[in-house]
Amino acid sequence: MLSFLIRRLGQSLLVMLAVALLAFSMFRYVGDPVTNMLSQDASVEEREQLRESLGLSEPLYVQFSTFVVQAAQGDFGISYRNQRPVSELIAERMPATLELVAVAFIISLLVGVPMGVYSALKPHSWLSHVFQTLSLIGISLPTFVTGILLILTFSVTLNWLPSFGRGEVVSIGWWSTGLLTASGLKSLILPGIMLGLFQVTLIMRLVRAEMMEVLRTDYIRFARARGLSNRAVNFGHALKNTLMPVITIIGLQLGAMIAFAIITETVFQWPGMGFLFIQAVSFVDIPVMSAYLLLVSLIFVVINMIVDMLYFMLDPRLCADRGTANSH
Amino acid sequence: MQRLMNMRDDWHRFLDSDLFYSFKGSRITVIATLVTVLMILAALFAPWIAPHNPFDVATLDLMDSELPPMWLEGGDARFLLGTDSQGRDVLSSMLYGLRVSLVVGFAGVFVAMIIGVGLGLLSGFLGGVVDAFIMRLADMILSFPAILVALLINGVALSFLPQEVMHESALYVLVLAIALTSWVQYARTVRGSTMVEKSKEYVQAAKVIGLHPLLIMIRHVLPNVLGPVLVIATINLGLAILTEAMLSFLGVGMPPTEPSLGTLIRIGNEFLFSGIWWVVIFPSLTLALLVLAVNLLGDWLRDALNPKLR
Repeated sequence: MLSFLIRRLGQSLLVMLAVALLAFSMFRYVGDPVTNMLSQDASVEEREQLRESLGLSEPLYVQFSTFVVQAAQGDFGISYRNQRPVSELIAERMPATLELVAVAFIISLLVGVPMGVYSALKPHSWLSHVFQTLSLIGISLPTFVTGILLILTFSVTLNWLPSFGRGEVVSIGWWSTGLLTASGLKSLILPGIMLGLFQVTLIMRLVRAEMMEVLRTDYIRFARARGLSNRAVNFGHALKNTLMPVITIIGLQLGAMIAFAIITETVFQWPGMGFLFIQAVSFVDIPVMSAYLLLVSLIFVVINMIVDMLYFMLDPRLCADRGTANSH
Repeated sequence: MQRLMNMRDDWHRFLDSDLFYSFKGSRITVIATLVTVLMILAALFAPWIAPHNPFDVATLDLMDSELPPMWLEGGDARFLLGTDSQGRDVLSSMLYGLRVSLVVGFAGVFVAMIIGVGLGLLSGFLGGVVDAFIMRLADMILSFPAILVALLINGVALSFLPQEVMHESALYVLVLAIALTSWVQYARTVRGSTMVEKSKEYVQAAKVIGLHPLLIMIRHVLPNVLGPVLVIATINLGLAILTEAMLSFLGVGMPPTEPSLGTLIRIGNEFLFSGIWWVVIFPSLTLALLVLAVNLLGDWLRDALNPKLR
């Protein structure tokens, strides 16, 4: 267990270092950082001074280690476009993205799990066939097309829900939330559905497949033979055992949703990190780009590690005989 | 003549095969194939079947702008699916856009296949450090969602290339981004089957007679590991088309001067609120239909060729 943990940690560190190296070389070699940061009419002395303070005349490995140390402390420099510290920009945008992802996640669980359970218990009912067809369409329909269709129906035609922005937000400390106002909640509905829909189909298929697998096992047959009620068998025994592997995969999806939020945020002009990143890409705002990449990689690496540890906690067999469970 | 006879024999053998039987039995697959083939043909012959040339500025007339589809009030018989804000025919733009989407999709899958098969062969055949390095790299890429890796590659290319070159090289950058995100699956599969093949006698024999390892890999091992690769390629085609559309929609893919379906949806999206819905809806539906058809085809092929399910 311990050796596995240490190896896993080493691997994660390596991934983070690789991403950091990429971010660093982007910062260092795309254009001249000094020209990017100063205005056109800066004097030669000013340039030299900035060059000196950025440490650009130091050897490369010193520059890289400074970059890593600063990034680890949350210092990513100044945005070229906004002329503000990148950490400030990201902190401002983070609540919007996290709230959106959380809402979408809850929607996808509330819809996906019951749909999956139902179609596993009654695989031949017409409703299950409807679910199957819907999930196929859901997987093929590009998410931004879903978003556009939602806007066209509920914002343009019916005029029920807002199609862009977060509505009114309330600040609690540095966290700004849209969950406490009516307009904030209304603005969350469409983006939440759009981001959640793809996950719904995924979760539904996963739960269905897992549960059908479990329902075939001997202990379920035995439970039925003992004369337990259908409810006790289906929900007490089968569902419980279904959910374990499902939880871990859904956990991994949480990271994917943060990445997919980029598209949702673009469609709905949601002021989150993804929208910030896309704007940064089109303006070649390197500090923002590299900060976002590092942050998202960090989130990913942490989620991957937690999921791996969950495996160990949920499945004691792994502790005994598998030291090589690192293939993710 | 003999050759023609052989071809006819092959054709009859194909019609008799299990594969074709399974194909005939699945009506939805037949429909999906029809849709896919129709779309590919439409894209191939776009310059001939498109009623207008959307890139020829001389033929555009601002008087024709924002016309609704033909069957609606105010529609014009010349423009079947209506026109956009600059008076371009939506149907013609879509046909040309489909062309770009399919080119990027096919090219992306092809390049991914070459990278993946090459690295997989090397990894499986050589083993040791090379294998460990390639597989760790694969793990790393797999642990991030494809769209993020593609965006990253695209962003890096965008920032390294000067603005003027970027527009012309957008297509190549996209193909590379798609290829670099999706080679892992090929590499893993090929590595696995190469390791199996490596221990077989014919490879041992080739080694004994002193053939160069590279020659053994390409001439002897490669043909025996290609089967599953083609299935993966079909399944990944839908994903490649979708990735391209997403990147173009986000504004980091094809430029408006050479629009793909994704770019058209992006442009149309800007006019969503002015009530000209047809500019965005038709390309969206075409894209969705194309991806659905290709996915259905891939699913069927996987099931039909999977020996485990037979």
